Parts: sequence; C-alpha cells; structure tokens
Amino acid sequence: MHRILLAAVLCLAALPAASEEVVLGLSSDTVSINTNFDGSEILVFGAIKRDAPFPAEPPMHVIVTVSGPSEPVTVRRKEKKFGIWVNTDAVEIDSAPSFYAVSTSTLLGFALSDTEDVRHRVSIPRAIRSVGAPANIVNSETFTQALIRIKSRSNLYQLNEGTVSVDEQTLFRTSIALPAALTEGDYKTRIFLTRGGDVVSQYETSIYVRKVGMERWLFTLSREQSFLYGLLSLAIAIFAGWGASAVFSLLRR
Amino acid sequence: MQIYLPIAEVSVNAFLLLGLGGIVGILSGMFGVGGGFLMTPLLFFIGIPPAVAVATEANQIVASSFSGVLAHFKRKTVDLRMGTVLLVGGLVGAALGVMVFNYLKAQGQVDLLVKLCYVVFLGVIGGLMFLESLNAIRNVKKGKAPKRKKHNWIHGLPLKMRFRVSGLYISVIPPLIVGVLVGVLAAIMGVGGGFIMVPAMIYLLGMPTKVVVGTSLFQIIFVTAFTTMLHATTNFTVDIVLAVLLLVGGVIGAQIGTRIGVKMKAEQLRILLAMMVLIVCGKLALELLLQPSELYSIAAEGH
Repeated sequence: MHRILLAAVLCLAALPAASEEVVLGLSSDTVSINTNFDGSEILVFGAIKRDAPFPAEPPMHVIVTVSGPSEPVTVRRKEKKFGIWVNTDAVEIDSAPSFYAVSTSTLLGFALSDTEDVRHRVSIPRAIRSVGAPANIVNSETFTQALIRIKSRSNLYQLNEGTVSVDEQTLFRTSIALPAALTEGDYKTRIFLTRGGDVVSQYETSIYVRKVGMERWLFTLSREQSFLYGLLSLAIAIFAGWGASAVFSLLRR
Repeated sequence: MQIYLPIAEVSVNAFLLLGLGGIVGILSGMFGVGGGFLMTPLLFFIGIPPAVAVATEANQIVASSFSGVLAHFKRKTVDLRMGTVLLVGGLVGAALGVMVFNYLKAQGQVDLLVKLCYVVFLGVIGGLMFLESLNAIRNVKKGKAPKRKKHNWIHGLPLKMRFRVSGLYISVIPPLIVGVLVGVLAAIMGVGGGFIMVPAMIYLLGMPTKVVVGTSLFQIIFVTAFTTMLHATTNFTVDIVLAVLLLVGGVIGAQIGTRIGVKMKAEQLRILLAMMVLIVCGKLALELLLQPSELYSIAAEGH
C-alpha cells in the first residue's frame, strides 16, 4: 500500500503541473454561533502560484469542499404494520459529516475522475462512510440515498456545480452558504486543482464553528454541570410562574 | 427575529415561540389544563427534535402550574395530603417513564410511542368529555339536576386514609396508581397529565371538583420538576432558551385565558376543550395511518 502511494506521489511530482500551488484566503476562519445566529456565508477565494507558465491543455478546474464534524448516524425506514406506519429496518452509517458542501467550477464528473474521487472522497456519496448494512436488509444503498436526500433538503448537503468562478486560470472565488441549523466543530475545507480529471494540487485548512457568549455558556453548563443546569431551568420556571401571578394580581387591584 | 437554541441546535423565530406560548397559555387558562398536550405536538411541527420538545415542555409546565397553584393556595383549594400521595406515585411513574423513553429512543420507536400515547389518551378523554358535556348541556336545557356520585368498588380497598380537605376516607391504592400512570405519561409525552388526572380524581376518587384542579397542579409541579431533572441529567435535552420563550408567552396567555374562562359556562368550556382535544388526536392519528411523504428518518446514534 505504502509503495503504491509513494509511486503515486512520485508520479505527481514528475508532472509539470505539480508546480501549481494554491494560495488561499477565507472571508473569515471562524463562524460564531451567537443567540441571533441565522446562517452564515463564507467566501473562499485564492490564487494559483506557478513557477512556470501554465499549460493550456487540459483546462484547470477548482473544487472546494467544506465538511462538518462526522458522526455515526442511524437511518430508519417506516413500513406499514398493523395498519400504522412504524419504523422497522435500520441501517447504521459509520460516519457521515453533519454538513458537507462541494462547489466546483464545472460539472463535478467533468472536473474529477472517478478514481480521484475514490481517493480523495470528494463527492457527497463518497464523503459518507458506510461499512455495510445488516445482511437481512436489501437495497441498503437506498438508506444512504435517503440520508443525502433528507440532508440536502435542509441545505446541510450541497452540491453547487459551476459556482466557483475562475479568472485567467489564476484567481478563483466562491461563496458557501452555511444553514442556521449548524453544529459546532472544525469544518475541514479542502481545495483541489484538477486537470483532465486528475488532482494536481491540494490545499487544506479549517473553519472553526463555535458557539459563543451565552450559547457557549449554556451548552457547556448543560453537559458538564447537568444537575446545576436542571436546577437553573427549574428556578427560572418557578420564578416566572410566581412573577406572572404576582404581576397580574397587582394589576387586578 | 431568529434565535439559535443552544441545545436543540436549530434556529427558530422568537416571536413564533412567544405567540405559540401565548395561544396555548390562553387555552390552558380557559380550561384549567397545562396545555402540554397541545404544545408538544406543535413543537414537533416547527422542527424541534422530539426529545428536546418533550423535556423542555416538562420544564415549561413547572412554570404554568406554579403560577396556577399560587392562586389555589390563596383560596385554600389544595388537598396537600392527597397531593402528597399522588406525588409519591407520580415520582415512581416519572422514573419508569424516563427509563422507557430512553430504551425506546435507542430502538428508534420513541416517536411512535409518543404519538400512540397521544392518539389513545386524547381520543378516549376527548370522546368521554365531549359526550359528558353534551349530556350536561341537554340536561340543563331540560332542567334536570346533575346526578350525585355514589359509592363504588374503590371504597372497599384496604389501607384507608382520611383526606380532610376533600372530605374523603378512602384507600391510598387508587390515588397511588393514578399518580404512577400520570408520572409515566408526563415523562413520555412531555405533559403534566392534568387532562387525565382531573377526570380520574373526579370520577374515580370522587373528589369534590373545587379541590381537584389545585391538587392536580400541586402534584404536577413536583412530577414535572422531577422529569425535567431526569431529562436534563440523563439526556441533556432541556433547552433553557426555548423554555424561557415558551413560558413568557405562556404565563401571560394563561392570565388572559382565565379572564375569558370566567365569562363562559362550564359546559360550553368543556365541550370546546373536548373538540380541541379530538382535533389534535385526529391529526396525529392521520399521521400514523396515512403514508408519510418521506419513509426514511435519520437520528444521531445513541451513545
């Protein structure tokens, strides 16, 4: 395995295109989730540094991926039993990103060959890792498709083809919309330069999504001091109940 | 104005939550119920994860019940002894309920259980209440007096205890059982259980109507507070921001509702409440019976 990898690296190094390198900028490398957080937009832009004049053919394409922290998820399917719709079959998917966006300068299948997709896990189905479904479930891939369908509907999985604009084969930019229902974590951001379907250069960085202020404080409290948090919730409830009755009995007088 | 809920991890409109709290508060003030049976399904509907909705609603009920019970303490219409017996049963029931809830959450059947509970209990209670108040309205028109309660099998059980405020001398077993059942439901459905406890206290235990609401509110405070603590420490699903938004709308609405309720006749109020209960029940039943547009659902894996 190592030998093959090494060979691949050497091959890449031998290509003239390997001298192309990404210089990246982000509109911001942190996203703060505060109380009035309602989604955010991140501008990813950059330039391509070259030692030699760029080859005219094959044309260069840019792919930008942003992926949220991965977690195992369970996908369940409903079936009609005893006249009502009940969850029956379930497939556990070992690791699915909580958020995943792929933006490309052209059609994804055009910019990236299938083998490179397998190697770098770029397209949405490849970014989801599923080892295998229990043997009693047929069509287990429909569960993965369902996961993608449901996540895409709430904009948590995005395939934005043709949204990366490339100027003069050197400058590129794109913006990625992050939805309001965002979880915390390090969002791995990758930029691929491809020519003729092969990745010629790759750059990786992280966008930090963090709850701040009160959101941060409450979330930490609920996990680390859950007993205290519970008491706090109750105290607020008791106080509000007492307050409302006191205020209204004053008004009644 | 959008507000990001730290535990639910979704962003919702703050005015929508205040409005929902207010409307449910008005209804609960009018009818003397907690309103949890209306609020929890509404929270599912606006996209709050079911586990968070159930746990947070329990916390909100603490607020509205506490507000209500203060008024009843002033009028001395709380049977503390009966309340304590119901409470002992309720705490046992709540612990059982949270265990059942967590087990079924791991099995992926918690939505089904919650919905089935709603359909069955709302259907039965709503139907009975509808028939009863229809009869009452008819009797009022004919000029008949309502029937007096009679002795039944409940008075034959052992372990008798005297409840002065209610003017009863009965066994502690039936109130304990009622308490356990309501506790289980409170934990599973995210409701106070008033809509089940009130009829049970009137028809099963034979308590006088004027102490029933105060006593049930007294018991509900402690059971839902206990449920809130259990959900907060085992599931981490109580969202304090969501609870605050709901209870601000709720306590204001409840006070307005109480004033509307005073102006209406008891039978009219009950028949309206029965119709509302049946509508919620019907909507949830349809969801179970009709084919959903999305057969698949995703859940984070239980740890």
